[in-house]
Amino acid sequence: MASQFFPILVILALALFVGFFVVVLGTIFGPRRPTARKSSPYESGMVPYGPGTRRMSVRYYLVGVLFILFDIEVVFVLPWAVVFRELGMPGLVLMIVFLVVLEVAFVYAWKKGALEWE
Amino acid sequence: MMMPLAYYVGLSAIMFVLGIIGVLVRRNALVVFMSLELMFNAANLLFVAFSAYFQLLTGQIFVFFVMTVAAAEVAVGLALMVEIFRTKHSIDLDQMSEMKG
Amino acid sequence: MTAMDWLVILPVLVLSGWALTVLLVDLWIPAKYKFITPLLTVLGLVVTLGLSLSKFGNPQSAFNGMVVVDGFAIFLDFIFLVSGLGAVALAYRYLRRMGIERCEYYSLLMFSISGMMLMTYANDLIMVFLALELLSIPLYVLAGFVRMEVRSEEAALKYFLLGAFSSGFVLYGIGLIFGATSHTELPAVAAAVGKSSANLPMFIVGAALLLVGFGFKQAAVPFHMWSPDVYQGAPSSVTAFMSIGAKAAGFAALMRVFVAAFPSLSADMSWVLWALSALTMIAGNVIAIAQTNIKRLLAYSSIAQTGYLLMAFVPYGNNQVLGDTVAAMLFYLLAYMLTTLGAWAVIIAVEKNGGEGLELKDYAGLGRRHPLLGAAMTIFMVSLIGVPPTLGFWGKFYLFRTALEGGFVWLALIGLLTSLVSAYYYLRVVVIMYMQAGEPETADDLWLRLVALTCAAAVVLLAFMPGSVLSLAVRAVLQIL
Repeated sequence: MASQFFPILVILALALFVGFFVVVLGTIFGPRRPTARKSSPYESGMVPYGPGTRRMSVRYYLVGVLFILFDIEVVFVLPWAVVFRELGMPGLVLMIVFLVVLEVAFVYAWKKGALEWE
Repeated sequence: MMMPLAYYVGLSAIMFVLGIIGVLVRRNALVVFMSLELMFNAANLLFVAFSAYFQLLTGQIFVFFVMTVAAAEVAVGLALMVEIFRTKHSIDLDQMSEMKG
Repeated sequence: MTAMDWLVILPVLVLSGWALTVLLVDLWIPAKYKFITPLLTVLGLVVTLGLSLSKFGNPQSAFNGMVVVDGFAIFLDFIFLVSGLGAVALAYRYLRRMGIERCEYYSLLMFSISGMMLMTYANDLIMVFLALELLSIPLYVLAGFVRMEVRSEEAALKYFLLGAFSSGFVLYGIGLIFGATSHTELPAVAAAVGKSSANLPMFIVGAALLLVGFGFKQAAVPFHMWSPDVYQGAPSSVTAFMSIGAKAAGFAALMRVFVAAFPSLSADMSWVLWALSALTMIAGNVIAIAQTNIKRLLAYSSIAQTGYLLMAFVPYGNNQVLGDTVAAMLFYLLAYMLTTLGAWAVIIAVEKNGGEGLELKDYAGLGRRHPLLGAAMTIFMVSLIGVPPTLGFWGKFYLFRTALEGGFVWLALIGLLTSLVSAYYYLRVVVIMYMQAGEPETADDLWLRLVALTCAAAVVLLAFMPGSVLSLAVRAVLQIL
C-alpha cells in the first residue's frame, strides 16, 4: 500500500530540494549591495504608512458574524435544490418553513439595527 | 487509487489531539477558539471518511449539521470576545480571574 | 415522514415556534408594555406543559425512531418546563432591578428548554448532539447577559469555551461510534456491537469520550472546574435555571445513550462511573465548606448533587435494579429542582445591584427580619442535606437504597458520609440567618416570595407522600421505549 504513495514522496523531496537549492545558491553567490529603497518592504510598490495592524471597526465583526450565520444555511438549500423535483410538495413546504425561521432571525437583526453601518 | 481508511482516521486523530493540546496550552481566547474548531473539524473528517467507507449518507448529513452548529458557535463566541475585549481590553485567559474560591 | 411524526414532537415544535414568535413580536411592543413578553412566555410554557403531559402514558416514536416520546422524556420535560416557569418568575423583577431587562432573555430561555426537551426525546446520536447544542448555545448567551459587567462576561466566555470543548469530545465520540458500528441510532448501535464487524476498541474510546463530554455538562468532578465561576458570574436567575435544566439534560443524555446503546459496556463502565460518582460527592462537598459566597457555595453543592445523581448510573447494566435506579434518579431530580429553585429565589431576594449581597454574612439576621424567607431557606438547606421531613431526604433514601440493591455498599456509605459533611456548610447558612445579628434588606418582589414559599411548601408536603411521587416516576420509567 505504501508504495502507491512513493511518487508523492519523490515530488515532495524534489520540491523541497529545488526550493532550498535556489535560495542557498542566491545567498552564497549573489552580490549584496543594499540601499534604503531596496530594503523597504515593497521595493517597487507604494510606500507603506501607519502601523501594520490597523484597528478595524467593531461593526465589521458584526457584519462578518451575521454573514457567517446566513451564509452557512446554503449548506441545506443546495442539496435541496438538487433534488427538489423528487421531494415534491412536502420538500417545498419544509424549505419554506426553514426559510421563514431564517427570515425571523433576519428581521430581528434588521429591527435591532445590526445592519446599519453608521 | 483508494486511500486506506486508516489514514483518514489517523489524520483526524492527530487533528483532534492537536486541538485538545491547543485548548489546554494556549492562553489567547481566539487561539483556543481556533483549536476548538480544529476538534470539530477532526470529527467532521471522521464522519466523511466513515460514510464514504460504509457507502452511507448518514455521516455526510451529520457534517452539514455540525458545520451549521459550528457557525452558530462562532457567532456567539466572537460576539462574547468582542464584548469582553471592550471592557477588559484583553482576551488573555490568564487575566480572566475576577472570581476566586 | 408523515403528519403523525410532527404530532409526536408537537410540544417541542410549539415551544420553539413560540420562542421565535416572542422574539419577533417583542420588537413591536412599546417600552411601556414590555411586561407582555414574560406573560407570553409563561403562556407558551404552560401550553407546552399541557401538550407534553397529555402524552403521558402513551409512548410513541417518530421519524424512523430518531425521537421517542416516552414517560421518561415527559417526566423530565415537566422538570424543564417548571424550572423554566420558575426562571421567568425569578427574572421578571430581577432583570429590571439589575438594569438588564431585555426580551431576549425569554426567547433564549425557551430555545434552551426546547433543546433540553429534544435531548430527552433523542434516540439517535445526531439528535443527541443537536439537542446538546440547542440547549447550550442560548445558555452561553444568557450567562453573559449582564453586558459591561466583567464577571458576567468572563462567566460566559468560560462557559462557552469549556462547553464547546465538551461538545468537541461528544462529537468525536459520536464519530468513533459511527465508525465502529456504522450506525447512529441508539438501538442499532447496541445491536451492532455484538456483531463481529464492529470495531470494539474504537467503540470503547468513543463511549469514553461521550462520558467525558456529558461529565462536563453535568459538572462531574474532574470536569467541574467551569461551574463555580459560571454559577457565580451569571445572573442569578440564569444560574438557577442552568443548575437545574442543563444538569438534568446531561443526565437525560447519559441515561438514553448509555442504557440504550452501551449496555454491553456496563461491566467496565460501572467502575468508571463508580469512581466518578464517589469523587464528585467527596470533592463537591469538601470544597463547599471553604466557600463564603452563597452562589459559589450552591455551585459546589450542585456539583455534590451531581455525584449523588451519578450513583443511579453505576448499576446501569443490571436489568433487575435498572428500573428502580432510574426512577430514584427522576425522583431526586424533582426534589433537587424544587429545592434549588426555592433557594435561588431567596438568594435573588437578598441580592443587591453590582454583585453585592451575595456573601454569607449578608444573611445575618434574615431569619428574624423576614421569618417567611428565613423559614423557606431553612427548609431548602435541610432538604439539600437530606434530613426528614423533606423531599430531599426521600430522594437520597431512594438513591442509596437502589445503590445497596445493586450491591454498591461502599458507594452508599460514601454518599452517607459526604451528606454528613454537607450538613456543616448548609447548617452554617441557617445558623448565620438566625444566630447572628443583622438587618438585611430584601427586594420587594412578590414573585420571588411566591416561588420560595411554593417550593418550600412542595418540598415539605410532598415529603409526606413520597410513595405516590415515586410511583409516578416508576410509571414514567416503565414506559421507556
